[in-house]
Amino acid sequence: MQATTSSFKDLRNDFPVLNRRVRDNKKLVYLDNAATTQKPNQVIDAISDYYKNHNSNIHRAVHALAEESTEAFEETRDKVAKFLNVEDSQEIIFVRGTTEGINLVAYAWGRDNIKEGDIIVTTEYEHHSNIVPWQLLTQEKKAKLKYIDIDDNGELMLEQLDDYLSTGKVKLVTFSHMSNVLGTISPVKEIVSKCRSVGVKVLIDGAQSVPHMKIDLTDLNSDFYVFSAHKMLGPTGVGVLWAKKEILEKMSPFLGGGDMIREVHKYETTWNDLPYKFEAGTPNIADVIGFAKAIEYLEKIGMNNIRNHELELTKYALDEMKKVPGITLYGTKEPEKRGGVVSFNFNDVHPHDVGTIIDKEGVAIRSGHHCAQVLMEKLNVAATNRASFYIYNTKEEIDVLISSLQHVAKVFKL
Amino acid sequence: MSGDPIYTEMIIEYSRNPSNYGKLEDAHIHRHDSNPLCGDSIDLYLNIDGDKISDIKFDGKGCAICMACSSVLTEMIKGKTLDEVKKFTKDELLSELGLEHLIKTSPVRIKCALLSLKTLKFGIYSYFVDKLKDSESAGNLNEEAANLY
Repeated sequence: MQATTSSFKDLRNDFPVLNRRVRDNKKLVYLDNAATTQKPNQVIDAISDYYKNHNSNIHRAVHALAEESTEAFEETRDKVAKFLNVEDSQEIIFVRGTTEGINLVAYAWGRDNIKEGDIIVTTEYEHHSNIVPWQLLTQEKKAKLKYIDIDDNGELMLEQLDDYLSTGKVKLVTFSHMSNVLGTISPVKEIVSKCRSVGVKVLIDGAQSVPHMKIDLTDLNSDFYVFSAHKMLGPTGVGVLWAKKEILEKMSPFLGGGDMIREVHKYETTWNDLPYKFEAGTPNIADVIGFAKAIEYLEKIGMNNIRNHELELTKYALDEMKKVPGITLYGTKEPEKRGGVVSFNFNDVHPHDVGTIIDKEGVAIRSGHHCAQVLMEKLNVAATNRASFYIYNTKEEIDVLISSLQHVAKVFKL
Repeated sequence: MSGDPIYTEMIIEYSRNPSNYGKLEDAHIHRHDSNPLCGDSIDLYLNIDGDKISDIKFDGKGCAICMACSSVLTEMIKGKTLDEVKKFTKDELLSELGLEHLIKTSPVRIKCALLSLKTLKFGIYSYFVDKLKDSESAGNLNEEAANLY
């Protein structure tokens, strides 16, 4: 597929919901992709086809449907591994989403490896899902949670990481690859190499990065990496935890139950091999199979083309928004250092009011704290507006967003 | 956009110039509450003289709807007796600003409109429990506040 503006526009035909009219017959302008993306027919049809023609539980029965379902499910695992340049697909664990993935690590790895006085380092721009599990763990273990602050550009102040690491007490550094509010792309390689040199484990929350750029996990060389399918054209309820095999093998299980066992006796159990040891219970089979189609779809366009398309949209949005009086933009001014997320405030109008008024023009953005209250506190705002882009968005839609702000100005007599 | 059913002249005006905005030092009742999903966050302060609300103020961060409703609520409540506050309904507050329709049209924004009332009812509830030892009134208030939206 050619990566031209018009070919990206053609993609829109694959997404039925993008043809919708909302409110007073306004064309839907969907700019809330950092929350979740829309789904193409290819994904929707695969899920429907699975239930219509194959539905079965997996991994045990020998009948035809079970065999087909198991094969499709496991093919997705291989596809995910290849997509992220992971050599061994046993390292790919299916979970419900990023939140569950992080909680799995906090519970199964954290409870065995974090002791009193240890330090876990996170950052000020984390989603609540990469803060709360660590608060729970450090409180339970009497360990400490420390933050890498952000500077005025919305970038991490890495010298603080050096200070923390020099205490010799840090056991884990956990951070998002890309901030869901500021769009800042973290200096992953630098952080990983700092941690590697002192034997500290690294977890990366890839919820906002995997959908938007080429990710090579072998090259990044972290210990854990987590992301969600629904932010990359896939269904809700599917996520992936990747971790190095030697770590997974040593880790205690997370949930106990069916499929994660090798042998169960009255008072003891032995665990199944990877990845099943961490996949207790019937998984979300249909949606995992649907997720494979999302990956195929993205691969066909090419992750680098997607990144370039979003970069172009982000540059355009930043340039156009700068021209509107009363807009405060958050995050770095350099588009190359950020993903397709633009957080802003408009005069002193509360984001909920902005959101409600432009919703009437058919424009869907997010207004609120974006599950990042620690960051809101840092920015000293109650909330922000956030427009976030994906493959099917166009410059014309950004124009609609900006003109809809004129309505806000009018309503608030600015 | 004239005739907007939510953003009336009155709401915009109140959000720009909220009434009774500020703190009461050493207030008899101080209550904080927030809407976890949207982030509106207010503190409500009340002084009680006998059985009357002698003074009331609020501060915090919120959208225009939240600010306007908090303002109007404080105006309506000031000088009322505790008994009157107990009986004060959400319809009275919403109709003052012409926002009754939110109950049906916007389950999201109704929370912004009623946060201050919820905070008030919970505040009075704790006053009934702690100061007046009136658990019957308190029980009703608690239930009402918890089920406001």
